[in-house]
Amino acid sequence: MFRWLRRAYQVVFLGFFLFLVVVTTAGFIRSYNVQWLLEFDPLVAVTTALASHSLHHTLLWSLVIIVPTLILGRFFCSWICPMGVLHHALGFLARKRRPPDRVKQNAPRASHKIKYLVLAVMLGLAAAGSVQIGLLDPIASTWRGLATSVLPTLGNLAFGMYQGERHFQWGTLITLVFFGALALNFVYPRFYCRVLCPLGALLGLLSKFSLFRISKNQEICKSCKFCGSECQGAADPQGTVRATECMVCLNCIESCPRGGLSYRFLPPVRSSTTKIDLVRRKWLGAGVAGAVAVPFMRASDGVEPRPNPARIRPPGSLEEDAFLEKCLKCGACMKVCPTGGLQPALHEAGVEGFWSPILIPRIGYCESSCTLCGQVCPTGAIEKLTLAQKVGEMPARPPVRIGSAFFDKGRCLPWGYQTQCIVCEEVCPTSPKAIYFKTETITARDGTQKTLKMPFVDLDYCTGCGTCETRCPVVDRAGIRVSAANESRTPRSSISLTGGKI
Amino acid sequence: MSSNGPPDPCVQAASARVPKGSQPAAPTDSMDRRGALRVGVTTAMALGSVALAFGLRDRGGHKKTSALPTLKDHRADKPAGATDMAIVRGPDPAANVRRAVEALGGMGRFVRRGERVVIKPNIGWNRTPEQAANTNPDVVAEVVRLVVAAGAGKVWLTDASVNTAEQCFARSGIEQAAKAAGATVIRPDASAFREVNVSGKLLRTGDVLFPFVEADRVINIPIVKQHGLSGASMALKNWYGVLGGQRVKLHQNIHLSIIDLAAMVKPTLTIMDATRILLANGPTGGSLADVKQMDTIAAGSDEVALDAFGATLLGLNPNDVGFIIEGMKAGLGTPQWQSLKTVELGS
Repeated sequence: MFRWLRRAYQVVFLGFFLFLVVVTTAGFIRSYNVQWLLEFDPLVAVTTALASHSLHHTLLWSLVIIVPTLILGRFFCSWICPMGVLHHALGFLARKRRPPDRVKQNAPRASHKIKYLVLAVMLGLAAAGSVQIGLLDPIASTWRGLATSVLPTLGNLAFGMYQGERHFQWGTLITLVFFGALALNFVYPRFYCRVLCPLGALLGLLSKFSLFRISKNQEICKSCKFCGSECQGAADPQGTVRATECMVCLNCIESCPRGGLSYRFLPPVRSSTTKIDLVRRKWLGAGVAGAVAVPFMRASDGVEPRPNPARIRPPGSLEEDAFLEKCLKCGACMKVCPTGGLQPALHEAGVEGFWSPILIPRIGYCESSCTLCGQVCPTGAIEKLTLAQKVGEMPARPPVRIGSAFFDKGRCLPWGYQTQCIVCEEVCPTSPKAIYFKTETITARDGTQKTLKMPFVDLDYCTGCGTCETRCPVVDRAGIRVSAANESRTPRSSISLTGGKI
Repeated sequence: MSSNGPPDPCVQAASARVPKGSQPAAPTDSMDRRGALRVGVTTAMALGSVALAFGLRDRGGHKKTSALPTLKDHRADKPAGATDMAIVRGPDPAANVRRAVEALGGMGRFVRRGERVVIKPNIGWNRTPEQAANTNPDVVAEVVRLVVAAGAGKVWLTDASVNTAEQCFARSGIEQAAKAAGATVIRPDASAFREVNVSGKLLRTGDVLFPFVEADRVINIPIVKQHGLSGASMALKNWYGVLGGQRVKLHQNIHLSIIDLAAMVKPTLTIMDATRILLANGPTGGSLADVKQMDTIAAGSDEVALDAFGATLLGLNPNDVGFIIEGMKAGLGTPQWQSLKTVELGS
């Protein structure tokens, strides 16, 4: 009975999660809170709060998991977590047939402690201002895998009927990591959940206090170990139940032929253990390693104060330091971007910014009337903008600028080839247009006089949206390109004197 | 199988595997059933591989392309004495459309019962109706209603937007208005285009939205706007919006490419929306300061004449607008709209 109840919950939550990911498109999103499950995630709340010293208001939802976990144990892993459901379902890949062999597969191992060290490293990183949790957090990972790998692939196979053709920079890497994590079930069931998952580790720590636990009646037990053959968390129900590893799947209760196991309020202390068996030195060492890594990563070039010019952040992004304290790299902004221009960074944002969102205007531009990336960001790394804020009203209220456009005069058709064009001027969405032209009379190669419209950029009006670069008819590298220079989120980026700070 | 010489170890091993109780097949010279099957399979494989190889063989030389379709001539016959052009002014855009079409002889002059019709507004930009970058949705809805009332068998409405189509179709208000009025709205995704002959001076072939290939009648409903490169964007320029692919290359010779496309489409009727016109920062606009309320609709089947009239609304001399002159030279119409049989109505 428990098993079917649990399966019902798993299916409902996975379906709900998939629904939220699928509707994260300009066409369907309306005002759905598509990030609900990510806002539930206590690890997101803890790391972003540790890094930014403030808890984004939406992350108050994490209490919905934290408080019940303190009471019920790590139920999240077996009842709600979308990645947990996938792993649960794929556990059959390596599952042995004979119950005694399964007991061995589900036995506690020293390697199961690795997740606590992963968590300690992540907390250390966060404490030093770098949130890297999105790389391994199950919900953020599943989001990213679906948003930038699985759904774009299915959509492209369906002739772009879902979101149009979608291509993500080195999306193959995300595919390999996403399916690689699932494929770890070939090693033994729920390898990722037991060995690597930092959210599982955090919930395991909270479960040390749990009031409800699995309890075994030693007088009834004949050591048949059927309970251990079905245990999802490798929590050793056949021995002394490990409350930190127990995922509350309740399989053990159902598998016991004598009814010797129960899930109950305040069971006898000796029937379960909360020991993780990691000495304090290892906890500290991992945490310090994480924290120390941050200044090392920032000693590299291509980050502040001399960032890569291709690091064009979505409109409404916080200043880079604050951005890295919050961005989960979940890929929701990339999923919802109507032009598909938001892409997972590789090297463009430094090591810390790996897979964080950047705009690649050759792929897609920033739609002037769109503020969806800020709407779907679960942590406020990209702030919610109103349309009036984004577009601005010069000169009183400047627009949000994410960069500026620059002509490559060797590639631009009028400048480099004396050929009429100015598509960039035509598509420029600002009013007045940031790209303007002057009509000039030039002498062509054959000596004849010819009038041409020569385009220029007005820095005061350019928002760096990249429509010009997207639409430039020069194939591959465009004749006008956007870089992050002059972005408005920090005065350090300003180019012109009127931009303020020197 | 030979009965002479040393016994074949393979044969021995094979016979050793025969389960107890079953009789090993008696050796025989005649072809048994299994042998016949094997001969059959081998023959089929041999013939199949020959057939496959010949079927797939590369004949060398250039691949022959199948003949591309050419768009129909969508123009309607002009009844004797019919009005060529109607200009209507008034506060209600839908009423202006109705009166203009009535003045031309009613929609029945252009659309017959059961015909398939495609309506082409300008839905190029992610802008609201007030910003006057796209055709007015009230005008679009009224045209759809008139075409439906004329008994059209199918009413498509489409445009290849420059900004993201989803947002252009929604924010322009056109998708909602056209659907409510009874049109089938086609958003331009990759599967909506067909390659056709353009056979123009510059353009030989192009990818065109499929309703233009299939329709019997085409109705053009452009908006009057200033345009940086061509001077203006009105009826003739609106045909850029039937194209997918690398249409941004057209700007290298914008006037001639406009005429190539207009000559390809040969629309049935043009209803030009000058309810609000965009005077500067076109064709995208954005600021209400660039918009002028004109409350005018002009309709007819001579796109050159209509564009010449539209140019005057923008304060341009039609003779200075390259594509109007090229359109006249190509025989698409006359810029002397006053010389046509024109009706002007309204305040």
